[in-house]
Amino acid sequence: MASKNDTMGKTFTVIILLCLVCSIIVSGAAVGLKERQEANAALAKQQNILRTANVDLQGRSADVVFAERVRLMTFNRETQELTEHDSLFALEDALAASSAKEGGERAAQAGVRGLRADIPVYVVRGEDNGIASYVIDIRGSGLWGMMYAFLSLDPDGQTIRGINFYEHSETPGLGGEIQNPRWRSNFEGKDAIDSDGNVAIRVRKGAGDNEVDALSGATITSDGVDRTFQFWLSQEAYGAFLMKVREEGAI
Amino acid sequence: MASTKEMKQTLFGPIFANNPIALQILGVCSALAVTAKMENTLVMCIALTFVLVLSNVSISIIRNHIPSSVRIIVQMTIIASLVIVVDQLLKAFAYDIAQELSVFVGLIITNCIVMGRAEAFAMKEGPGMSFLDGLGNALGYSVVLLTVGFFRELFGSGSLFGYQILPLITEGGWYTPVGLLVLPPSAFFIIGGFIWVLRIFRPEQVEAKES
Repeated sequence: MASKNDTMGKTFTVIILLCLVCSIIVSGAAVGLKERQEANAALAKQQNILRTANVDLQGRSADVVFAERVRLMTFNRETQELTEHDSLFALEDALAASSAKEGGERAAQAGVRGLRADIPVYVVRGEDNGIASYVIDIRGSGLWGMMYAFLSLDPDGQTIRGINFYEHSETPGLGGEIQNPRWRSNFEGKDAIDSDGNVAIRVRKGAGDNEVDALSGATITSDGVDRTFQFWLSQEAYGAFLMKVREEGAI
Repeated sequence: MASTKEMKQTLFGPIFANNPIALQILGVCSALAVTAKMENTLVMCIALTFVLVLSNVSISIIRNHIPSSVRIIVQMTIIASLVIVVDQLLKAFAYDIAQELSVFVGLIITNCIVMGRAEAFAMKEGPGMSFLDGLGNALGYSVVLLTVGFFRELFGSGSLFGYQILPLITEGGWYTPVGLLVLPPSAFFIIGGFIWVLRIFRPEQVEAKES
């Protein structure tokens, strides 16, 4: 039996048939479940945005609350104009279609690549329909890879309300502590930018006024968070949006 | 077809008498990584059961046609395909848990229990017996994992399946959680304890002293 199976012809036949069957099963699963997975990813994103903005879901589903309370905008870094979008998918399409525009030196230091002219802004409304907060999407490289975060700001366009690193690959227990609520709470109430539009928030050892103490044992991660702020809150990116909010009032 | 006694032996043997983790010390990696919470542990057990049973059955069905020169590659291809399917299913139906389990679902591919049963059992026995063997070994794995998960979540976080059982001192209760139990190495101690207790009741599992 063994000898009959071990001929060149039989070996190739078995391998090719097996690969065909397995690839059909794998691609079938991937294609068939894609829609559900994308819906899940969108839901997770909505939950993260609402959590960052401190919105109480009151037991309701995140997508319902999101549709009711969040306006989706894109801010153009060149023209400084805001455009509103109907749905998360429309927003993502608009971002993908936006022309590429690299950041300057600060973006390079933060490890941010593939920048577009348009950047997303989530305007969260309160129960009374007034603006409750602005949520912006920032990222920068840490020790092991990119760290993705949502940052929420008060309606004044200056005070930080919360931050949420929703995706990162930092060392658990050291750099991974960026997602620790106790450390994140240090950002609350600090100024993102000063009155001239310069980046005000810093992350470093022995924090002073309006600074957040770096995580011990995670210098590179902490520096990465600092550089992330230095780029994204600068006038090249969201800093310009925040100045616009301050000058023109609520969006 | 094998006798009922043999079938029972194949199904229930791996739970205590020939446990893949406790006696053969296989598949310990995932036992350390995913057992901090009962919920994740249970999902991991279900994923492994799915992969182990289906890989055993499908390898057993084609066992007479597998050329021995490429048999490990054939087994790996089947196991890897099943693991990808499980990963896709988890992402579609249990997204949050899939995020937390992250790479450890993918690592079922290299789980020694799955490979071991394919090579040692499914290559020789029929699909029926291979099904029972796969199920039995998956149960053996699950018993250890759920035990470890139970102790780690209860004493490490004061909860079970996310429900607070022991009120934490940080939230106004009286229980000070054992921080060590949240970290993966603590699973070593619990698995060690599990093996110890098991061998008190089954002294035949104790290895003979060397020289």
